[in-house]
Amino acid sequence: MALFQLSRRDALIFALFALVVITMPVWTAPFGANYPGLMQKFAIYAIFAIGFNILFGLTGYLSFGHAAFLGVGSYTAVWSFKLLTMDALPALLLAVLISGLFALVIGFLSLRRSGIYFSILTLAFAQMSYNLAYSVLTPITNGETSLQLTLQDPRLIDLAFTTRGAGLPTASLFGVTLSGLSGFYFCAVVLLIAFFFAQKVFASPFGMMLRGIKSNQMRMSYTGFNTRPYALTAFVISGMYAGLAGALLAVTDPLAGAERMQWTASGEVVLMTILGGVGTLIGPVIGAWLIKYFENIFSSFNEGILSRFFDFIPAPLHDTIVAISSKFVGEGWQLTLGLLFVLVVVFLPGGIMEGVRRIGALFRRGTPPKAGAIRVQPAE
Amino acid sequence: MTNSGNFSRRGVLKGGLAGILATGVSPLIFTRGAYAQEFCNAPTGDTVTIGFNMPLTGAYADEGADEQRAYELAVEHLNGGGDGGLIPFFSSKTLKGTGILGKKVVGVTGDDQTKADAARDSARRMIERDGAVMITGGSSSSVAIAVQGLCQEKGVIFMAALTHSNDTTGKDKKRYGFRHFFNAYQSGIALGPVLGEAYGKERVAYHLTADYTWGWTQEESMKNATEALGWKTLEPVRTPVGAGDFSQYLTPVLNSGADVLILNHYGFDMVNSLTQAVQFGMKDKQANGKQFEIVVPLVSDLMAKGAGAAMKGIYGTSNWDWQLPDDASKAFTKSFGAKFGQPPSQAAHTSYVQALLYADACERAGTFYPPEVIKALEGFEFDGMGNGPTSYRAEDHQCFKEVYVVKGKETPSNPFDLLEVVATASKESVTYDPAIFGGELGPDTAVAC
Repeated sequence: MALFQLSRRDALIFALFALVVITMPVWTAPFGANYPGLMQKFAIYAIFAIGFNILFGLTGYLSFGHAAFLGVGSYTAVWSFKLLTMDALPALLLAVLISGLFALVIGFLSLRRSGIYFSILTLAFAQMSYNLAYSVLTPITNGETSLQLTLQDPRLIDLAFTTRGAGLPTASLFGVTLSGLSGFYFCAVVLLIAFFFAQKVFASPFGMMLRGIKSNQMRMSYTGFNTRPYALTAFVISGMYAGLAGALLAVTDPLAGAERMQWTASGEVVLMTILGGVGTLIGPVIGAWLIKYFENIFSSFNEGILSRFFDFIPAPLHDTIVAISSKFVGEGWQLTLGLLFVLVVVFLPGGIMEGVRRIGALFRRGTPPKAGAIRVQPAE
Repeated sequence: MTNSGNFSRRGVLKGGLAGILATGVSPLIFTRGAYAQEFCNAPTGDTVTIGFNMPLTGAYADEGADEQRAYELAVEHLNGGGDGGLIPFFSSKTLKGTGILGKKVVGVTGDDQTKADAARDSARRMIERDGAVMITGGSSSSVAIAVQGLCQEKGVIFMAALTHSNDTTGKDKKRYGFRHFFNAYQSGIALGPVLGEAYGKERVAYHLTADYTWGWTQEESMKNATEALGWKTLEPVRTPVGAGDFSQYLTPVLNSGADVLILNHYGFDMVNSLTQAVQFGMKDKQANGKQFEIVVPLVSDLMAKGAGAAMKGIYGTSNWDWQLPDDASKAFTKSFGAKFGQPPSQAAHTSYVQALLYADACERAGTFYPPEVIKALEGFEFDGMGNGPTSYRAEDHQCFKEVYVVKGKETPSNPFDLLEVVATASKESVTYDPAIFGGELGPDTAVAC
């Protein structure tokens, strides 16, 4: 089965990645992140970032409106829960389908331009979708109030077989409820499938074509390729990934809010990808995990926690340190993230993966790469 | 292809290893702490954890900051610190300053960012990681409704702080959600007669409405209340939360034929829209031969402070005000002022009261087991919390108590003297039939987590 083959190197990466993802509840424990809610986010945003990277990392087209597809996926999934069934599979399939169609339309229009114009077009479309979801389409999206399940939902398929329970239903997969850790493992399996598919795309001739678009689109056209269908395919695939992630968000927590489509959410995935390493397979995943970790854990720190953390420092100095560092946690978590982002972009333009590569090179050959030298991104 | 065999062997080995690890690890996590616990986050040690989930960023951040202060004070008082605040005045005498059921109260905090998504993330962290047995806080009805839904699912009690939408205890009410704060419907009942007296029976109202559940229901309630007076209502305009600049929405108001502008805005949104409306000269305009007026149906001290002089002479309603003359309100203001150097806002008051009410309900139920605590809260009658006699209605988990009509003070005597209570709507007058908003509470079954 050629379809499921990977090169030896990719298979090794996949196996390691699978190990890391499956054992997440163990290695996140020391960081205080081993609760299902956050681990589900880790898996879901990793899918989002991997999908975004297929577009941005391979073709170089920087979409500033990817959150729109995430939102479309979420809304579709919640509506599938409300109208059809609480089973996760129809929700995922519908979400991928609808967000793919949505991406086809937006991509078809946006890809007529490249560079900054493309980015602005996608941003404009995403902002339009956000505003539609926020106000005009309120009957479908429930606007700022967010779309939620209710006790009166029709759920045609479910209710044809069972009677309505007393409370709100939770999403399930063939009768197994997907909340807490089971929800995480479900997301983890979807993440592994998504990662595998991304590996196949990266290694395929199609992926090579996309890299060709990134390095020199004009040369590609001169050699007789019509590049637009390829770029559009990448755009649609990446939109479907976002839709999948959005649907998983709804599976683990059946609520869809318009703010998921806001430009800040689109910017977040760009940050994730750049922080981790554009064009690498693992980089965006690491970026997604870092950003979600900062958002969830750093924002929950308060002065009490800091004061206990810096307990070993004598009193006068202790208070000063707590006072200063408290500005960087709690509501100031974005400040810390911003600093980290600046440091990474200045010192490791290739993202965290470049750091990993540099360290790797130190050990492997004993000849460190020249600092600041921009290396050709290995096609991995 | 040679790769194929290679991969499958490797894949099987690795996959198997991962599988073994996963199956070995996951049951440990599933069962950890699950033995003694028939409901989610039953407190086991000598402490009990409560989650304070409030907006530290976003359009309602001022309210969130004040809620945080109130919770800090509530934890201190519940654990026997300070002067005890409202505890000595509370009609139920179960709280002794020994924590809740002998367990010391510990708070965990989170930023709900005034967004439903982020609020649920934050609440999930408190429930799943920090082991919070109750979640309280919030300053937006969309957040309250979202978190309330989550808490119902997780079997964790949610004591809503600032949420004024009719839906919170109406269409979207939940068995695990409780609201001490009043709602838009009650604002309409209280404010209607005062507006009729001050501005006459023939007015044309223009609504600018925050575009979410709270704005929608407040607009509806205000429309009903003012149309009952004989006012006319123009097509309402919806504005996004956190818009910042409202001039594009305010420009059409003056030529619309309206002579009253009703701002269904809260927090920074209200501060911005009111300030801009006043800058547009609306307070000094004449329309339809009458003085143009602005009404802000829900106001707080924090907003009045933010709006400054623009607030002068403007009517609204409040759940509570620090200048109320009763002993409990005075004591709470004193206690809060001594610690933070400023009087508490209505957000701080309702948050503080909710924390105490939960603690008291646990004491009366004699357990943290949520179905019993819910029973203790449902239909609970109490007094001494600054709002006069109050009852928690069992049918919709809404508190019924006095509602205060306030007016921006023309000549403040000090920087905190911003609002004056001009009328009080009695508890009976603001009581309504729970059936008018529909909704179902759902079951109270405890959920293991």
